[in-house]
Amino acid sequence: MAATTLTAPVADPAPERGRLVKRHRIATRIWHWVSALAVFVLLMSGLMIFNAHPALYWGKYGANADTPWLMINSDANGGFVRLAGYRIPTDGVLGRWADGDGNMHTNAFPGWATIPSYYSLSGGRRWHFAFAWVLSLSLIAFLLTSLFNRHIKRDLAPTLEELKPAHIGQDIADHARLRFPKGEAALRYNILQKLSYVGVIFVLLPVMILTGLAMSPAMNAAWPWLTEIFAGRASARSIHFIAAALLALFILVHLIMVVLAGPFNEIRSMITGRFRIVPQPGDKA
Amino acid sequence: MISRRKMLASLGAGAGGLVLSGCDRLDGSETFRGVLRSSEGLTMRAQRLISDRTALAREFSPSDMSPVFRSNGTAMPGTSAYQAHLASGFRDWRLRVDGLVRRPLSLSLQQIRAMPVRTQITRHDCVEGWSAIGKWHGVPLKLLLDAAGLRQEARYLVFHCADLYGTNPYYESIDLIDGFHPQTILAWGMNDAMLPVPNGAPLRLRVERQLGYKHAKYVERVEAVATLAGIQGGKGGLWEDNSDYEWYAGI
Repeated sequence: MAATTLTAPVADPAPERGRLVKRHRIATRIWHWVSALAVFVLLMSGLMIFNAHPALYWGKYGANADTPWLMINSDANGGFVRLAGYRIPTDGVLGRWADGDGNMHTNAFPGWATIPSYYSLSGGRRWHFAFAWVLSLSLIAFLLTSLFNRHIKRDLAPTLEELKPAHIGQDIADHARLRFPKGEAALRYNILQKLSYVGVIFVLLPVMILTGLAMSPAMNAAWPWLTEIFAGRASARSIHFIAAALLALFILVHLIMVVLAGPFNEIRSMITGRFRIVPQPGDKA
Repeated sequence: MISRRKMLASLGAGAGGLVLSGCDRLDGSETFRGVLRSSEGLTMRAQRLISDRTALAREFSPSDMSPVFRSNGTAMPGTSAYQAHLASGFRDWRLRVDGLVRRPLSLSLQQIRAMPVRTQITRHDCVEGWSAIGKWHGVPLKLLLDAAGLRQEARYLVFHCADLYGTNPYYESIDLIDGFHPQTILAWGMNDAMLPVPNGAPLRLRVERQLGYKHAKYVERVEAVATLAGIQGGKGGLWEDNSDYEWYAGI
């Protein structure tokens, strides 16, 4: 203990020791924040669009006379979610809820979760399709840039070594014990990070965009195969919703991890690119 | 540490509230709505760019059809004129094709049914998110347009309907690319029977590459125009005028 105190730089008044290093490239940082904004708007305006017909089906079509696998509605007993035939009471949150002024509404998702906060399908669609362009174009730009600056190959692609069950198991155990690297190891994504980022960038976001396009009647004429690969329009709409839910789950876990790993340092590294590392035993230099 | 976390959490909640009311305020601004709406033009140009102007919407087999084809919007036009036509089996009903045409037409239902028929099993996608597959029988709009002879200045086709929303009749409009598309028909039949009243009897538009609200029901007049500006609210359709829906409904 005493030795550590003695060797600490006298000039550094900050409680965090260590040094600032370059962590995230400018392309990564711009894409991160543009996507964060776009996904935020898309999720909430998407819930508004869902409110216009709060039921999901499998197959090529689906309307009121058909059987949905998921439905959010209300009856005399209040708001509920019906999932695969089971009625889950959700009164006050989903299906029936009160707004800030105490007025009751029977839309599926409550005003605090939708854009706009009042019911407007045309408003939700306007936000959704404008930011769908933002999300799609920025994803394409990020993927191209990251291919050329080798971000994908160097930082995101898991190595064979990392994919071994023992390594993944060790990383899960470290996460479970909230043991996060502080030194040079923190400059590399761990395998769970890599897998979740790769899953979002290469699977979830493309699936969101493609299932969205698969619901478009004009795309249905332009690229009939697109709706086919998702097994029909009603299925594409269901997959769009499930992928959105997974994306929301990713964001929740991502934010929790940022808080646990040190929000100031993590957020700074995504804004200015600078990240503070605390040298650990075994680090070079 | 705890207090910092608490502070972050309350900051987050406060920011969330601010952002939400900010979104509502932005949505109330006509300028910002215009910015968002500019993506509509981008979407239309992009979709037109990647699809041939005659690219067909997917057609299905009879086994794919919805057991119940939902009707939406007006289920029974309430005007006395429509009621009289319904009572007489549309004997004296006429479809007018006029505006910027060289030979205005006035056609009885019988004359329209005697024209070449296109039958197509297609999916109807409502803007709300539901969809249904049904079979439609009707005359390709192109045949009527060719018979009437569009004048050079014609850019849009406006469909005037018999059903009222408040005091305004329903109307819709499409451009000539969709107007001459092989699947764009004026349907007088549905699922091997005459078109039922809730689905738009005696005649409705099918414009298969766009959403349901473009498929005007109870059509009684097709007007060729150079601009949509002078018609009702000027945005090319009742839902466009009244509820701010997009004129191009390809997505």
